[in-house]
Amino acid sequence: MSDGEAVRASEGNLRAGTAMISQFFILSSKGDPLIYKDFRGDSGGRDVAELFYRKLTGLPGDESPVVMHHDGHHFIHIRHSGLYLVVTTSENVSPFSLLELLSRLATLLGDYCGSLGEGTIFRNVALVYELLDEVLDYGYVQTTSTEMLRNFIQTEAVVSKPFSLFDLSSVGLFGAETQQSKVAPSSAASRPVLSSRSDQSQKNEVFLDVVERLSVLIASNGSLLKVDVQGEIRLKSFLPSGSEMRIGLTEEFCVGKSELRGYGPGIRVDEVSFHSSVNLDEFESHRILRLQPPQGELTVMRYQLSDDLPSPLPFRLFPSVQWDRGSGRLQVYLKLRCDLPSKSQALNVRLHLPLPRGVVSLSQELSSPEQKAELAEGALRWDLPRVQGGSQLSGLFQMDVPGPPGPPSHGLSTSASPLGLGPASLSFELPRHTCSGLQVRFLRLAFRPCGNANPHKWVRHLSHSDAYVIRI
Amino acid sequence: MPYLGSEDVVKEVKKALCNPHIQADRLRYRNVIQRVIRYMTQGLDVSGVFMEMVKASATVDIVQKKLVYLYMCTYAPLKPDLALLAINTLCKDCSDPNPMVRGLALRSMCSLRMSKLDQWGQAEVLNFLLRYQPRSEEELFDILNLLDSFLKSSSPGVVMGATKLFLILAKKFPHVQTDVLVRVKGPLLAACSSESRELCFVALCHVRQILHSLPGHFSSHYKKFFCSYSEPHYIKLQKVEVLCELVNDENVQQVLEELRGYCTDVSADFAQAAIFAIGGIARTYTDQCVQILTELLGLRQEHITTVVVQTFRDLVWLCPQCTEAVCQALPGCEENIQDSEGKQALIWLLGVHGERIPNAPYVLEDFVENVKSETFPAVKMELLTALLRLFLSRPAECQDVLGRLLYYCIEEEKDMAVRDRGLFYYRLLLVGIDEVKRILCSPKSDPTLGLLEDPAERPVNCWASDFNTLVPVYGKAHWATISKCQGAERCGPELPKTSSFAASGPLIPEENKERVQELPDSGALTLVPNRQLTADYFEKTWLSLKVAHQQVLPWRGEFHPDTLQMALQVVNIQTIAMSRAGSQPWKAYLSAQDDTGCLFLTELLLEPENSEMQISVKQNEARTETLNSFISVLETVIGTIEEIKS
Repeated sequence: MSDGEAVRASEGNLRAGTAMISQFFILSSKGDPLIYKDFRGDSGGRDVAELFYRKLTGLPGDESPVVMHHDGHHFIHIRHSGLYLVVTTSENVSPFSLLELLSRLATLLGDYCGSLGEGTIFRNVALVYELLDEVLDYGYVQTTSTEMLRNFIQTEAVVSKPFSLFDLSSVGLFGAETQQSKVAPSSAASRPVLSSRSDQSQKNEVFLDVVERLSVLIASNGSLLKVDVQGEIRLKSFLPSGSEMRIGLTEEFCVGKSELRGYGPGIRVDEVSFHSSVNLDEFESHRILRLQPPQGELTVMRYQLSDDLPSPLPFRLFPSVQWDRGSGRLQVYLKLRCDLPSKSQALNVRLHLPLPRGVVSLSQELSSPEQKAELAEGALRWDLPRVQGGSQLSGLFQMDVPGPPGPPSHGLSTSASPLGLGPASLSFELPRHTCSGLQVRFLRLAFRPCGNANPHKWVRHLSHSDAYVIRI
Repeated sequence: MPYLGSEDVVKEVKKALCNPHIQADRLRYRNVIQRVIRYMTQGLDVSGVFMEMVKASATVDIVQKKLVYLYMCTYAPLKPDLALLAINTLCKDCSDPNPMVRGLALRSMCSLRMSKLDQWGQAEVLNFLLRYQPRSEEELFDILNLLDSFLKSSSPGVVMGATKLFLILAKKFPHVQTDVLVRVKGPLLAACSSESRELCFVALCHVRQILHSLPGHFSSHYKKFFCSYSEPHYIKLQKVEVLCELVNDENVQQVLEELRGYCTDVSADFAQAAIFAIGGIARTYTDQCVQILTELLGLRQEHITTVVVQTFRDLVWLCPQCTEAVCQALPGCEENIQDSEGKQALIWLLGVHGERIPNAPYVLEDFVENVKSETFPAVKMELLTALLRLFLSRPAECQDVLGRLLYYCIEEEKDMAVRDRGLFYYRLLLVGIDEVKRILCSPKSDPTLGLLEDPAERPVNCWASDFNTLVPVYGKAHWATISKCQGAERCGPELPKTSSFAASGPLIPEENKERVQELPDSGALTLVPNRQLTADYFEKTWLSLKVAHQQVLPWRGEFHPDTLQMALQVVNIQTIAMSRAGSQPWKAYLSAQDDTGCLFLTELLLEPENSEMQISVKQNEARTETLNSFISVLETVIGTIEEIKS
């Protein structure tokens, strides 16, 4: 780069806008374009969508696909619900703002179409284009507030099946992308915010979810190396906008290391941030959040907690490995103890244990019939659909690892684990449980009577694993 | 007055306000409005009649106007949409002949404060403010105080926008910059563990950027950068880089333990990245790392062994104290290396340090035996050099093998470069062993190279303008190639945008030159090329003028006057005279002239012990605008040179 260009490049960084985009498109997981919109007419046209997908799939594994460059244009994308939401821009924009815009768009589309997915986008093409028209003008963001947009959107969402409140049986939350992600979102929460203007009776619902993601690292000697909890309080409201509500949190909730409340050990988090619409007047004194949420989805509060968990970890794993290098025989005995309170349970527990290359056979002895274990992609997968608090489960696995055994002179001792075994990782969901101990005490609505029945309030708590790794 | 709930009150007042009879009667109308104000004061919510009150503001009755404006200012935040309607009336009032009405309207308009900017607007404004140059220190700190709350926003875009603005505005106050970076730590760490991989990646890139200037900044949070198996590759690689950069005495043990775990990952690419990372840390914590690397050799895996040996090669060059340990670890490695890079590294080590490795000649002999089936010419070249080197220290064991290899290379090898190298060594040997020694016995290590490779902490100002842009996400090197292509494309029609640098001669096609210079923008500065002053004339003018601007730029490390001179030449700033490279203090005199004939004379004074460059500029016509543009050109050039050099 010559000096002159360097000068211009660094100058350009000061001049560039924050979020000026040329095109926006949505691709299915297979790369089929579902939505395409050109805002400025300054870039290649439709085939950029195809170009993007080709670039993405052709990228070497160590390069990041988040931002890609082609011929003067930058592609920035997020993956959401199996879809690619992509923008192109020719300016050196703020990546934070653009990613934020993309995820906000994903939420908005979810709000308006009921849920985000290939099918819903396909059925609601007109609505999506209408939304995009209002959100972005000539590539600049106008507004992303559900409330403001309501005034302009005429198209009604097309939904595939009628909604029923009785579908609430599954634990799935409306936004929680859990490790399995196969948990069907509860359909009551996944209907369009603004569906059927005439039908008022369905509107009186509000969902409040406390969702925590847990990441843990346990050393091979059992000592705890890292605990990290990322928590969110999410709200999805179908109430008329501007209805005031008050959310009461656990009174012992305290922020930072120094603060102390109540007499117990307290529910402590390291950091907390609130949505800008939350009124904190009563937070200091009574731990009450007050807000007038717009219809749709909203993250009321985010918090984090590291290292210092008030309750014991949900799972402990006691592995023992026997490895005979000579015969290539590998025996792994796993004992899994669930340290949740005995009334609680963990669902969809899956243990994933990478195995040495070339493992062929697997024989297993499992402690209960509903468990399942199999080899998949060079790893052992042990599925435990349901684990009760306080219980202990075990599995004995025997495998053959063929291949050239190391020369005996240099061979490691027979008891050491072979290369490529471990670390084990667990994924799970803990319904009605928060690792930080934070609970919603109450959700009160100051609802103006409009002739409707009392609103339904759904308050749910859930923890799930982000990365729960145990070294072997 | 009967007690009424707020709804009934609103209903009743609304009816009265809409009543045409009341509207016609000025006194009654005013009375109703007074009642509204009274309710408002009592705390009743009468925002419901906003529409009607706006209508009532269109009146000649000043008292009524005042009352309505009071009402509007109170409720505007609640009814932003309706408050828009009032703007029209306010605008009209602003041109009222009555100064009292005008003043009233203006004051009310200022206090409307109805539309709070949303996050997108905030980010845009923060970005826009980057163009502003505070006039004084006091103003600067006023601005910073005012914008403080944006650092706490829940939107990452706003937080990062504010951070960048702070970094740029406070470019002369490093402690303020450090302060801001401390405050943005929380939001950045949160983004690094975000559910969105994309956000996580972008945040990690920015963490690395900060670490370049403040290596200890995230050291206590090292655990946040541990990888989990489900993460995509590109995030893991970023995290490994971050771990490498934040390592310190307290966390080195834990970080190395973690990295060691990655070395046996099923993904060979990731395992290799982790080994290279340990190699990087080895420059500081040599013993611990060499031990881990040696243990990894025991796994006898090809993809691990090759990278470990390459790491060893780079390490003995930078940290000669570990040579002994490396030499002890090497025997046996050759069995597990198949690729070109690994073989080259091993052969180099055997050649340079072969006198400490008992079986070195025999390992090289094996390579020579198989040289016919060797597919990589680079390996053969390395083998030639290594064997010749080892021959110098262990002639008895190597002579025969060396002869065979030379024979093969000269007589049978088809790759010309290898053959030439063979011939060269053959003839060199004919000249005599002393000559061979003179040429081949170069130093075996160079610890100073490490300093060159990872330079001391860079000042924040180096990258402040790149913060919250795509530059850290692509990486500086990749970005340079991108902007190079873009620069080439844009050369033509887009040039006027870069008018302040329009003088950069070779970049402008001849036919565009005139247009560029005729730009109406008065702030633009166009320096005229080839305006060479004589040294005498320069001296005379210099002495006759007063210093118009003086400032100090940070400057660290190496300094190459030639590069600077060339860079200045590109933007049409001529060097009249300068001290010899390396002299202390170093001085240079520069001159430049713009298209209006205004002369800029500059003195650069570099005092390495203060690590700063003092700039004094004199101007023959006092024109602040062009002076500022000139100084920013100068600053950018010097900043760029500083960056390139590091």
